[in-house]
Amino acid sequence: MNRYFKAEITKNLPLNSKNNLLTLFPLEPVIDPEPGQFYMIEVSDSYNPLLKRPFCCLRKTPDNMQFLFTVRGKGTALMKEFRKGQVIHLIGPLGSGYPEARKGCTPVVIAGGTGIASLFSFIERTPDSSRVIYGAKTKDELLMLDELRKAGIRLTVCTDDCSFGEEGMVDQIFMNFLRSNESIRTSCVLYACGPRPMLRAVAAIARDNNIKGYASLEENMACGFGACLGCAVNTVKGYKRVCKEGPVFPIQEIVW
Amino acid sequence: MDLTVDIGHLKLKNPVMTASGTFGYGEEYAEFVDLNMLGAIVVKGITLKPLEGNPPPRICETPCGMLNAIGLQNVGLKRFLKEKLPYLRAFDSKIIVNVMGNTLQEYVKLAGALDEAGVDGIELNVSCPNVKKGGIMFGTDKKALANLTAKVRQAVRQSILITKLSPTVPDIPKFAVIAEENGSDAITLINTIPGMAIDTRTWQPKLANITGGLSGPAIRPVAVRMVWEASRAVKIPVIGVGGIMNVDDALEFMLAGATAVQVGTGNFLRPTATVEIINGLWTYLDKKGISNVKDIIGGVNGESIHSNLNN
Repeated sequence: MNRYFKAEITKNLPLNSKNNLLTLFPLEPVIDPEPGQFYMIEVSDSYNPLLKRPFCCLRKTPDNMQFLFTVRGKGTALMKEFRKGQVIHLIGPLGSGYPEARKGCTPVVIAGGTGIASLFSFIERTPDSSRVIYGAKTKDELLMLDELRKAGIRLTVCTDDCSFGEEGMVDQIFMNFLRSNESIRTSCVLYACGPRPMLRAVAAIARDNNIKGYASLEENMACGFGACLGCAVNTVKGYKRVCKEGPVFPIQEIVW
Repeated sequence: MDLTVDIGHLKLKNPVMTASGTFGYGEEYAEFVDLNMLGAIVVKGITLKPLEGNPPPRICETPCGMLNAIGLQNVGLKRFLKEKLPYLRAFDSKIIVNVMGNTLQEYVKLAGALDEAGVDGIELNVSCPNVKKGGIMFGTDKKALANLTAKVRQAVRQSILITKLSPTVPDIPKFAVIAEENGSDAITLINTIPGMAIDTRTWQPKLANITGGLSGPAIRPVAVRMVWEASRAVKIPVIGVGGIMNVDDALEFMLAGATAVQVGTGNFLRPTATVEIINGLWTYLDKKGISNVKDIIGGVNGESIHSNLNN
């Protein structure tokens, strides 16, 4: 089993103008990822850009692995150009993923934008009673909706521009949900991934309502496996590495 | 074929080391490389007391390189000796500990304790650009460097003493000579070069520390030049470091005069980089029909002027 391995690109499907679904076929025996773990993906074998890019694994089947990415900068622009048959290096699975919810607790999953990539395999494994709140800026940016509906969970979608689902941001929907579900409030455990401002808002609601849970963070990183110390995040227990102790942290430990 | 090189009284099985601050305390890489294969493991810089490091963001990518301002986050001497050193000792590889102090007394204390603990080498970090006090102050002042090296030398009996110099001085050979005259067994060149990057959307520096140290292939020509200059000025070995990604880069440093090399940022891209370079050295020497790696040290032919258009 190799944590540093080569994989062949089998598909690089554009989902909309910004997002692609990348499918890879590992050319070596690899380790199965836990939900929330991530991989460092080589975007170029030149030294510009120099570093690999971290992405959560959307899902892994016996034959292939899939990643969801948004074109944001130089590295992801190169990833958009990935072609079938191209061979790239990856490191992973890395980091600490989402712990399972304790018995009797209802998982409440909150995903913003491409944050769904980190939570997708977790959702696939959660019990039917789980609640999922998934939001994006526009309808076009809501990804993997059909698959999520198939997962049999109770799904609420929302868009910032009201183009689909409920109106508003996920933290507002979460707040409304808590108001109307008093019984769940005392027994739910939160799983959140999305942009930093969204996570900050969700963490504040969780704190005010005494709800425990987990958030997956993103940070610039050079290595991905704990050596460079570049991806530090400030926690109540001092700086921790997003790549090693994270990317998933207890939500109340993060100093937002 | 002989890949061994000598640094002071230390015989390395090959000239490939890791660069301080890029290899953790070894354990982070154990899954990717056989640590027994390395010439030496140079661990993350140690200070007397633990340091929590700089606030994030701590790194950013730049063309063919990266800036870092980690701020020497480390577990401190006590925990290093108790938790990290025993782990490293289990490997058949030389252990070199990079040390950084705020004051001369701190350097002496650190070096003395590590020498007593039996580490193979101590690398004096007088060139970290990312901490406020100490460090680079000693690496950019000739008198301070002379005094520091001499005092630490007195405290070190068994371990070899290496001085890692700053690339920010205009006259590297002079600083190299000072390290040599005051008892260093070797010098390491170069540490990262101070740099800065700004986000033009937000007008903010890309690092919370504002400035950071530049590493990666972008700095390699600077490092090769400094190794070449320094190695002609001193008799002690020079350890070359700066943007080494593959065996060809390592050879470049050795031809410039480096007795050994350190791989830093290259480990982040490919965690197996060190071992690939060691294997590459075997292949290269074999192809060239050279039986001893020492024969290529300083081999650059500086006299002849030739066209490189055929490369």
